[in-house]
Amino acid sequence: MQEQYLPILVMLIIATGFAAVALTISWLLGPSRPDANKNETYECGVSPVGDARERFSVRFYVVAMLFIVFDLETVFMFPWAVVFKQLPTFYFLQMLIFLVILTVGLVYEWRMGALDWNTSRGKMIWRSGHDKAA
Amino acid sequence: MSLDLWIEVILKCVVVFFIVLTIVAYLVLVERKVLAAMQSRVGPNRVGPQGLLQPAADAVKLMTKETVVPEEADRNLFLMAPVVSLVPALLAYSVIPLGSHINLFGREIQLHVTDINVALLFILAMSSIGVYGIFLGGWSSNNKYALMGGIRSSAQMISYELSMGMSVIGVIMLAGSFSLVDIVNAQSSIPFVVYQPVGFVLFWIAAMAEINRTPFDLPEAEPELVAGYHTEYSGMRFAMYFLGEYANLVTVCTIGALLFLGGWHVPWPAPTWMSPLWLALKVAALIFFAIWTRGTLPRFRFDQLMAFGWKVLLPVALLNIFVTALVMVLVD
Repeated sequence: MQEQYLPILVMLIIATGFAAVALTISWLLGPSRPDANKNETYECGVSPVGDARERFSVRFYVVAMLFIVFDLETVFMFPWAVVFKQLPTFYFLQMLIFLVILTVGLVYEWRMGALDWNTSRGKMIWRSGHDKAA
Repeated sequence: MSLDLWIEVILKCVVVFFIVLTIVAYLVLVERKVLAAMQSRVGPNRVGPQGLLQPAADAVKLMTKETVVPEEADRNLFLMAPVVSLVPALLAYSVIPLGSHINLFGREIQLHVTDINVALLFILAMSSIGVYGIFLGGWSSNNKYALMGGIRSSAQMISYELSMGMSVIGVIMLAGSFSLVDIVNAQSSIPFVVYQPVGFVLFWIAAMAEINRTPFDLPEAEPELVAGYHTEYSGMRFAMYFLGEYANLVTVCTIGALLFLGGWHVPWPAPTWMSPLWLALKVAALIFFAIWTRGTLPRFRFDQLMAFGWKVLLPVALLNIFVTALVMVLVD
């Protein structure tokens, strides 16, 4: 059984080996003449202003959370889908209930505005104290 | 495993690896040529006859370029990220069958490196790992454009990955297996696109978004993000991102052909040694369609992209699973 997975390991070794060889060749052939201007972070030709790693929109965080929830759902559905043909109708109803619960979750997120990227249309979760004061 | 089998496996891996690399290298040329034709240009035609040696020239050029590492960058991650992006893209080919089987040297050789029973899951996993390469590249550059491109790219990829995973569930239900060989063999009479037209469209849209192709190429939106996550990359490491991207294009087109278009099966009787040819034709048609799309459509805006993924694709994918299951239960 595990023998089937060995070719993947062989492929991994070949692919990593290719990457290593290609990078080594480019390291040997390519010039290396660093200077202060060249090594500066690119920012349209001017000196970079501040650090790039500032705070970014919280929406990306919400998307990541939603992704985990729905990805888990997909993971639950995969084994069900594989054996679906052999299962009695009862299991179809079970999955239906599961799907309905998740759809309710999606509808809730939708109504709360978690899926809206346009702030003016986002209803609740994007509204911070700052917005209320304004 | 016996020595014979080992030799066969290693040979297959090496052959598949070089086939993929050659296809990917020439795909860049094909895309430039096709786009040029669509825009009434000539395209690359200087290196070799009709520009056929352009990939080799590009490879030599990129290999002899300096690797510039920005001062502010996280050096180790910056140098490693392109490899993290390329290796999973190539690894997916170890489970993708390229045909049924041929007889060579008096023995039957299966035209796949390995046929594991979770092949489809493995490919989805590899495409998820590819996100790390892109995000690490964008983050470690410590460049505002690269970071923004990396974040956008990962948000886009994880959003559309859901729809992609769900769009193939219908196919898994019909075939009753994750093995790509089993799925193709289940389509020997009728390709699944007939039963799963919505699934195919969903898969195609989600796949194009997953690999950052037009109209979903926001991570590289030049007017706002310069070059997105690979803004700071040069030389061979830039080439690796490029290779990974095109390898992913070939992967999703092959998966599309295998899952929905019947793989190497054709409606007329054909000898098994022709099977790679039929598959290659279907893959080529899908790749051409992807290039055509790039020559035709403009780019989405980011909020449109996220809204489309979560409010259209995801509900439709859920509905598709429900309808498929309902029909299968009723037909039974």
